[in-house]
Amino acid sequence: MRQALIAATAFALALATQPVVAQNKPAPAATAKKAAKPAAAAPVEEKDAATVEFEKFRTMMEESNPAELFEAQGEDFWKSIRGPKQVSLATSCDLGLGVGIVKGAYVQMPRYFADAGKVMDAERRIVWCMIEKQGFKEADIMKQPFASGSYTPEPTSLVTYVAANSKDMKFAVPLKDPRVKEVYEIGREVTNHRAGPYDFSCNTCHGADGKRIRMQNLPNIATPKGATTAVMGWPGYRMTGGVMLTQQWRMGDCFRQQRFPQPKYVSDTITSLLTYMTANANGATYKGPGIKR
Amino acid sequence: MDTLRRTVLKGASASGVLVAALAAGLLKPTQVLATEWNKVAFEAKDTPAAMKAVGAATAAESKDLKLTAPDIAENGAVVPVDVSSGIANTISISIFVDKNPNPLSAAFDFANGALPDVSMRLKMGQTSIVRAVAKTADGKFYTASKEVKVTAGGCGG
Amino acid sequence: MGSPMKIRAQMKGDVADIKILMAHTMETGQRKDPKTNQAIPAHFIQQFSVEVGGKAVVQSQTGPSISTNPVFGFKVKGAKAGDKVVVKWQDNKGDSRADEATVA
Ligand code: HEC
Repeated sequence: MRQALIAATAFALALATQPVVAQNKPAPAATAKKAAKPAAAAPVEEKDAATVEFEKFRTMMEESNPAELFEAQGEDFWKSIRGPKQVSLATSCDLGLGVGIVKGAYVQMPRYFADAGKVMDAERRIVWCMIEKQGFKEADIMKQPFASGSYTPEPTSLVTYVAANSKDMKFAVPLKDPRVKEVYEIGREVTNHRAGPYDFSCNTCHGADGKRIRMQNLPNIATPKGATTAVMGWPGYRMTGGVMLTQQWRMGDCFRQQRFPQPKYVSDTITSLLTYMTANANGATYKGPGIKR
Repeated sequence: MDTLRRTVLKGASASGVLVAALAAGLLKPTQVLATEWNKVAFEAKDTPAAMKAVGAATAAESKDLKLTAPDIAENGAVVPVDVSSGIANTISISIFVDKNPNPLSAAFDFANGALPDVSMRLKMGQTSIVRAVAKTADGKFYTASKEVKVTAGGCGG
Repeated sequence: MGSPMKIRAQMKGDVADIKILMAHTMETGQRKDPKTNQAIPAHFIQQFSVEVGGKAVVQSQTGPSISTNPVFGFKVKGAKAGDKVVVKWQDNKGDSRADEATVA
């Protein structure tokens, strides 16, 4: 069913010359399930009743976001002595602002880390610290990197904690650093790279304003406004399934949407995409871990 | 027993103790908290049966019982619902979702200054009437309801 | 199994506004594991209690249709800053958890 739906979505998109615009009226439950086909074009900036209701709903949800539970868990992981090397991340891990400094670190990543010789996003950096500083085995972390059911990977809770400590701060990816800029340019190219069975790139779905699949708005990640939407609310508590998910998951899932082989967890490809999108959102105020449908 | 009880209530680290205590028959789950879970009410398959099981077979519609919920829920897995009673001497509130397999979602007893006002989040499998029932100290029942449209069900996960 | 709750209690006038976030799967028992096609057994909080300043204020019973990672909000009149808030829950498998916070 799910496969069929994605295929249908993909097909509709491949044929659509117009932006894919969802129906103006809230669809009843039964028809919403097969609403992947593009409906008649409608002005998108004009908010329909469903969008307004959903925004109200999100606000209600954000008042008490279960993400806080994962933030608390992450704080505990960050401060506890753990791993084969028996050290805490708080006394060993540098997120770019000095060892142990969490405040404001998230909105200034991805950034270049000399000790690793790489540009890294927050989750990747945390995983790097867990492996290099605490001695956790890479293979163990790679085994199940994303939440499912009642399982939440440690890096997910950690990145939620780190992200929460940049709440109300402005995104400031250090693009002046030529090494960051280079990765940013790679990210831009990746978003344009068309391939796979449907000849899709990220931009097929995210490269123009006002695109939608079903009820979901697809942000145009090339613009500051779209990029802000794209990075806002991550990591996010996903209402479907009640799990905490990270940007690493979101990227992997979009590769799946694109019918590409999924890139490795915490890989260069994902860092490049996150660098591109987050830097495009530079200057926008991060609102902390969010709620996703 | 007292130390055991305290250890039990500490939670995570003590759950081995709890399991052992249960196995040994030292402690019934119901001893941790004061009351017994109302199995009949929670397992009832329709709202009238569930209401009957909480003693609320007849409940009068009341405007003083306020039920706040979205008209459309973006996701049936988490539907925010708020119930607040302006009826004097309300001592308990229960919530039912007519179209859920087991309509009774929760029941709350209030005491010692707690206002009859509760907010929670519910799973809804499909568009349904959500119903609140309030009980007063003199044993009367009042009800209020609202339809919530669900675009994606909350039971498939 | 019992991860910590998040409890926030804040005075608004003479009423304490209490928000409780619990970490629990609240499994309905009606889902199947997509991989094994086996029914996932029900696992949900059945009861919880809230105490403020040593007095029981709310006693609750819940079914599996409460959302995963439950969130509850209550209002308690006559509480004051500094009062201890204790929340205890217990699920259908006998797991339990107690956490506390202070009214701010
Ligand atoms: C086949 C269409 C498709 C392609 C191709 C695609 N995505 Fe997505 N993308 C989606 C859908 C659908 C969502 C989910 C929207 C939702 O659930 O709100 C999404 C969500 C996102 C989000 C999160 C937006 C938010 O509001 O949280 C980001 C960021 C994103 N995609 C980036 C990318 C990147 C980068 C690529 C290329 C690697 C890509 N996407 C390729 C369809 C696509």
